[in-house]
Amino acid sequence: MVGHPWIPSFTNEQVDKALKTIGVKTVEELFSDIPAEIRLSKEQWEKLEIGLGKPLSEIEAKRCVEEKISKNIMLRSPPFMGGGVYPHYVPPLVKYIISRGEFLTAYTPYQAEISQGLMQAIFEYQSLMAELLDMDVVNASMYDWGSATAEAILMSLRVNKGRRKVILPANMNPYHRRVVETYTWPHVVKIITIPYDPFKGTMDVEKLKESIDDDTAAVYLQSPNFFGVIESSAKAVEEITHSKKSIFIMGVNPISLGLLKSPGELGADIAVGEGQPLGLGLNYGGPYLGVFATRYNMNLIRQMPGRIIGLTESKNGERSFAMILQTREQHIRREKATSNICTNEALMAIATAVYMSMLGKNGLVRLAEVNYYRAHYAWKKMKNIGLNVELFKEDFFNEFPVSFNEVKIPYRTIHEKLLENRIHGGLYIREFYPELGETALFAFTELHFKQDIDYLVETINKILLER
Amino acid sequence: MYKQAKWSEPLVFELGAKERIGINLPEVEEEVKQTVGEIKIPDEIRRKIPPNLPELSEVEVVRHFTRLTQMSYGVDNGPVPLGSCTMKYNPRIAWDIAFNSGISDLHPLQDVKTVQGLLEIMYELQKWLANIVGMDICSLHPAAGAHGELAGVLIIRKYHEIKNQLDKKTEIIIPDSAHGTNPASAAMGGFKVVEIPSAPDGNVDLDALKSVVGESTAGLMITNPSTLGLFEENILEIAKLLHEYDALLYYDGANLNGIMGYARPGDMGFDIAHINIHKTFSSPHGGGGPGAGPVCIKDKLVDPDRNIWLRDLLPGYIVVHDEKTGLFTLKAPGPYSVGLLRSFFANTVPLLWAYTYILIMGPQGLRKATEHAVIITNYFAKLVDGLKGFEIPYGKGRYRKHEIVLSAKPLADETGVTAEDVAKGLLDSGFYAPTIYFPLIVKEALQIEFTESETIENVEKYADRLKEISKTAYNNPDEAKNWPKNTSVGRIDVVKANHPRYISPTWRIYVKRMRGVIQ
Repeated sequence: MVGHPWIPSFTNEQVDKALKTIGVKTVEELFSDIPAEIRLSKEQWEKLEIGLGKPLSEIEAKRCVEEKISKNIMLRSPPFMGGGVYPHYVPPLVKYIISRGEFLTAYTPYQAEISQGLMQAIFEYQSLMAELLDMDVVNASMYDWGSATAEAILMSLRVNKGRRKVILPANMNPYHRRVVETYTWPHVVKIITIPYDPFKGTMDVEKLKESIDDDTAAVYLQSPNFFGVIESSAKAVEEITHSKKSIFIMGVNPISLGLLKSPGELGADIAVGEGQPLGLGLNYGGPYLGVFATRYNMNLIRQMPGRIIGLTESKNGERSFAMILQTREQHIRREKATSNICTNEALMAIATAVYMSMLGKNGLVRLAEVNYYRAHYAWKKMKNIGLNVELFKEDFFNEFPVSFNEVKIPYRTIHEKLLENRIHGGLYIREFYPELGETALFAFTELHFKQDIDYLVETINKILLER
Repeated sequence: MYKQAKWSEPLVFELGAKERIGINLPEVEEEVKQTVGEIKIPDEIRRKIPPNLPELSEVEVVRHFTRLTQMSYGVDNGPVPLGSCTMKYNPRIAWDIAFNSGISDLHPLQDVKTVQGLLEIMYELQKWLANIVGMDICSLHPAAGAHGELAGVLIIRKYHEIKNQLDKKTEIIIPDSAHGTNPASAAMGGFKVVEIPSAPDGNVDLDALKSVVGESTAGLMITNPSTLGLFEENILEIAKLLHEYDALLYYDGANLNGIMGYARPGDMGFDIAHINIHKTFSSPHGGGGPGAGPVCIKDKLVDPDRNIWLRDLLPGYIVVHDEKTGLFTLKAPGPYSVGLLRSFFANTVPLLWAYTYILIMGPQGLRKATEHAVIITNYFAKLVDGLKGFEIPYGKGRYRKHEIVLSAKPLADETGVTAEDVAKGLLDSGFYAPTIYFPLIVKEALQIEFTESETIENVEKYADRLKEISKTAYNNPDEAKNWPKNTSVGRIDVVKANHPRYISPTWRIYVKRMRGVIQ
């Protein structure tokens, strides 16, 4: 048998030599401590359905995967769909940098001196994200926005020890809410939901005042919220939250911060968000990037989950980087750790650092503006064909709900007809908001050009007219 | 001789100049602008000052990050024998497919009709992984190993909740050689952790286990082979014992690569297992992630009255195939599922990487990978056996599987040169160091895992280097304290890095410190 490209260790001759050195006759002997009744023979193993039952050349494998992938339907333009992650541009430079082997194939930088570049890149992610959020401390990442939100809630319960209530808005991303429910389920926590103002679409501040009390560990606010609506009363929410010494957690889309006040400026104690819009691609669910940040306050920092890289010096006085505050983490503290997270999304964090470096302050603002304008253009166009896009009166960022109740067509029908034209429409949200009936959330980004939006609206209009 | 690049590269904040930009963004079309008019965001929420991001041209960005990569070290640079981390080669064909096949444009909530090809792949992967670990069904949902563990712990919790016995099932038993994530995951799942010692032969101390297992035992989490690289010989007895008390047995799949093709957790009596896609199945670690941590179960009836099965407890979305229509769909978490652990489906990119790897390896290749990883460990053990200053604790005379743990305690006692110093000495010769000070039960531990990807020449050189280090330690221990010298910076002052007066987790805090704004 010839060698294997990924198993270079031994030729057959060397295997014999190595086995002799070890003192065994066959490789199977090295597995003789596995009880016989559960040890698999070569034949038993190879009979199992694993891969195609035989090795493939890489050319065959590529063909095989491509043939399958080609069964996906190619859309005319990226889906007009958000709900927490969005079709955005992925610059080739971002993909190139994270494909470089020194980053791609590295492990967590346990040996700092030989991993300085990687650590600097992660430190730069933390620092760039801190500027965008106006927060002081950012960790090296959580899995995604949902899990970051859940960890923020758990952190606030540790900071406000003894308090047992957390307040979530009804207009937060319902997928994130489910993750929070999963993470908090084993603990004694009462989740209170604050309804949204049915006219504005923002959190009902009066209801918040009624619900918050001295037992409230945290209040979460998402802006733009799940409806895409900008929470213009964020400052009021902050004041109410802090009047009870509760932790104020804000969830944000980082691109929106080109136009919107940052969580730091709005007084958030913890900021969370999804790094995906900053050059990560949609990837059918992941990898994404859970953004997690807090203020410079040791009571908060000591309760933070996840890895943190710090700027320091070597013993020779050179500027250098090291993992800091590791006594919070599982490999040191075990069951007393602030979280069990180990492998995170470091490479995705570096990807967003590359993109933020490319954008700079002006690029980020401009990207936010393009998103805002495209969505508002679509809004006007849809309004012009008689669709109800005015479910809420507060301004939105790059996403808004469209109601099909008035035109009396189930959204499913619209969706299927759009798909016939290889257009993917918005996200049907009746499952989460039955009170909104036949409503779908449509999202627009820099990837949706004017002609894409025009074609979408024309096609919907045709569907309406065919009725 | 090894010499790493030393660029003294400024931080990105110290580069660039006003009004530079690193990307050409599209202009908003004139008609769009006119139709929309001015931005109407209310003043009280509108950002007045742009975020303080540096301004660089694309040229500067590419140079900056290229230089940073040159001061980093991965499997592409040389051996990374970090124990328990399984730093095998990350094949570029899998990179090509995972990064370039168009899945980066697919929204996780888009109509399943539009992603049939990808779902078919994920469905097959789900099945293959289940067969590899001898389980009935997997959920690809968890994002990493620890996330898979949390999923498993929550399944254990849900199991006892459904059986109405959660009030007494409060404890999870974990061996003292376990990964730190095990106790941390158990605690996140609301359980009390009961630690049991390892016996001198490397197996779990059975008497100790018997003395703690009881009515309050909800489950046991164990990795097999252990972090000592030793197969748990009493696993069948352990499983029987746990099941007698209606506790579930959880398999931490971090070390699956030590037995893949030879034994399967499902056959050993495990009820739940997670798999580290980024270890055994060759997707890269990316300097700390992304990974993927599918969680699998051996199905059994949980509640006959309500016909609830263990599979109903799995988290996240499961890919299902309708034989009649041929359609692949995603099954959302049902009423007995532990729920969503993340917002959407799964870390699809690493999963597609693993799919490609398995496709190319086939069952034959996977078994061969295990065999070679195990041969290499035992060969290396022979090379360093009897090396002055080092011991091989636990399991005397037993064969190791994927990894081996050395103790540098004699060296530290006799010369003052510690496991950390040894690690730095290895860096100087262009090798990444092993995992050090883990597992916690071994003093001055060096946990070494080469994987099947390492060449025999490098393994021999690594052993030779350890011999040189031992010699230096005995002849000139002060020299060892000054390692490393060939990396981009010298030994880092970790105490200073963590001192409240110096701690600088971001650039803005560092600047404030320099200005004396914070002390």
